Amino acid sequence: MDVKSTKNFVFWLFCQFELITCSYLMEPWEKVLFYSFNTCMVGTLFYTTYVCVAAHVSTALQLLWNFLGNQQENAVSVVK
Amino acid sequence: INHIVHNGGLYKRPFNEAFEETPMLVAVLTYVGYGVLTLFGYLRDFMRHWKIEKCQNATEREEQKDFVPLYQDFENFYNRNLYMRIRDSWNRPICSVPGAKVDMMERVSHDYNWTFTYTGRVIKDIINMGSYNYLGFAQNTGACQEAAAKVLSQYGAGVCSTRQEMGNLDKHEELEKLVARFLGVESAMAYGMGFATNSMNIPALVGKGCLILSDELNHASLVLGARLSGATIRIFKHNNMQSLEKLLKDAIVHGQPRTRRPWKKILILVEGIYSMEGSIVRLPEVIALKKKYKSYLYLDEAHSIGALGPSGRGVVEYFGLNPEDVDVMMGTFTKSFGAAGGYIGGKKELIDYLRTYSHSAVYATSMSPPVVEQIITSIKCIMGEDGTTIGEARVQQLAENTRYFRRRLKEMGFIIYGNEDSPVVPLMLYMPAKIGAFGREMLKRNIGVVVVGFPATPIIESRARFCLSAAHTKEMLDTALKEINEVGDLLQLKYSRRRLVPLLDRPFDETTYEETED
Repeated sequence: MDVKSTKNFVFWLFCQFELITCSYLMEPWEKVLFYSFNTCMVGTLFYTTYVCVAAHVSTALQLLWNFLGNQQENAVSVVK
Repeated sequence: INHIVHNGGLYKRPFNEAFEETPMLVAVLTYVGYGVLTLFGYLRDFMRHWKIEKCQNATEREEQKDFVPLYQDFENFYNRNLYMRIRDSWNRPICSVPGAKVDMMERVSHDYNWTFTYTGRVIKDIINMGSYNYLGFAQNTGACQEAAAKVLSQYGAGVCSTRQEMGNLDKHEELEKLVARFLGVESAMAYGMGFATNSMNIPALVGKGCLILSDELNHASLVLGARLSGATIRIFKHNNMQSLEKLLKDAIVHGQPRTRRPWKKILILVEGIYSMEGSIVRLPEVIALKKKYKSYLYLDEAHSIGALGPSGRGVVEYFGLNPEDVDVMMGTFTKSFGAAGGYIGGKKELIDYLRTYSHSAVYATSMSPPVVEQIITSIKCIMGEDGTTIGEARVQQLAENTRYFRRRLKEMGFIIYGNEDSPVVPLMLYMPAKIGAFGREMLKRNIGVVVVGFPATPIIESRARFCLSAAHTKEMLDTALKEINEVGDLLQLKYSRRRLVPLLDRPFDETTYEETED
């Protein structure tokens, strides 16, 4: 029965989304238009995240490791 | 949260009024909702203009398309695109007496609220939380109804004349003496319509060269009367005595704008209970200011007569003040007395002047005799002169219902505006989709409520307004509260952050932006 309550909860969340964005008041064809626009936007966002942000984050992490690595080397030389 | 200390001991009882601030997230989401609806409104208008969609609203004729456009302003845009979507919550036809329970005819719409058809079914016993039936006199049985029926068979329904010509019946004289006795004033005059009482009598009292100081949230009838009179109108912030005092000081010191002559008259227009906010006017302070600056006070007790005060005599009795301090006491018979019409009470000279010079007395048809008899019987019932204690019991029942209902709603976590003692309870909804959803869900659960949106309230502060009645029993209120709780959970309406925000009581200056401090 956990599946049923989860399904009810998801449905309730969807109802809240409908109320906040006023798609509760729209005619069916307007709803189709609105949801497809929203889905396209969200899809574009995910695609951009996957393509660009991953590359940026990995570059940033590389720089960080280099910086930390240099720090370690410098500290070791001083101790010597 | 009482302000007895700040006001020099003018209040004999605590004055608990609160207007909780809109939560920031809710305000942002409301604007998002309105933004989406506006975009779709533009889309639909575009489609209607290019004939992709059938145009069902009013437009100009083909020959007039080159003239100045009639329907391009915001009001008409709002009407076509936003109001039409939720129109089924208003103008619902009822088919029984609007008492504590009411019958309603069921309507459906197959083209998204452009037209309605009746299914033929009557929804019975809907709990009525929307009628202004404060003392429960909207009845089709009982002493009032029998007396009205007797008078109907004696006098008929129509009067066929104005008060000044042949329409002054002995019933009207009896009513006016009774109203004057009820209010504690010297003399009173009754009119056929409450709105017309305000809009037709204020022009008779003030004219050019006079100053009207009117509250921000005054009713349309007061605004119309003030504008028709031709006097200068200045607005003070809602129930804010510092703002009113500043305006009075400026008026006395500077006089009329160009010639600097003193004003002929200064009239302060306030209402007893403001029906959209549920707030009660700060009458002791207004009277103190009026006496200090020698101005006149016009008090519109449309919602507070019969509903406030230990014996139902209105806001003056609620604060324990002298009725002679208020120069013009106006009220209506529509709300607590179950009839129709309005009255003005005051000194004898004032009322005699109004009998001759008021537009309503000269041109409007006088009140219908059965209606007059309903008012006479209900006032006698409230005063206890018919030998029973029904009136007193009803006034007390209304006060109990008010306190109970407001307390329970606040405990549930809704944002409720207004004073603790006012029987008008506004529950904030904010988002446009929730206005329509609330009205429909409550009707599904057999409770009739009135929801209010843009032109009557600021655009983000839409609300549902409950009007309590002495005819509501505790079981009805409990049923209603249970359903409101359910609908509140379903629609996520419990916005209150439960912080008790004290009202601002420091001196008003131009740097004061917020009404409340956090």
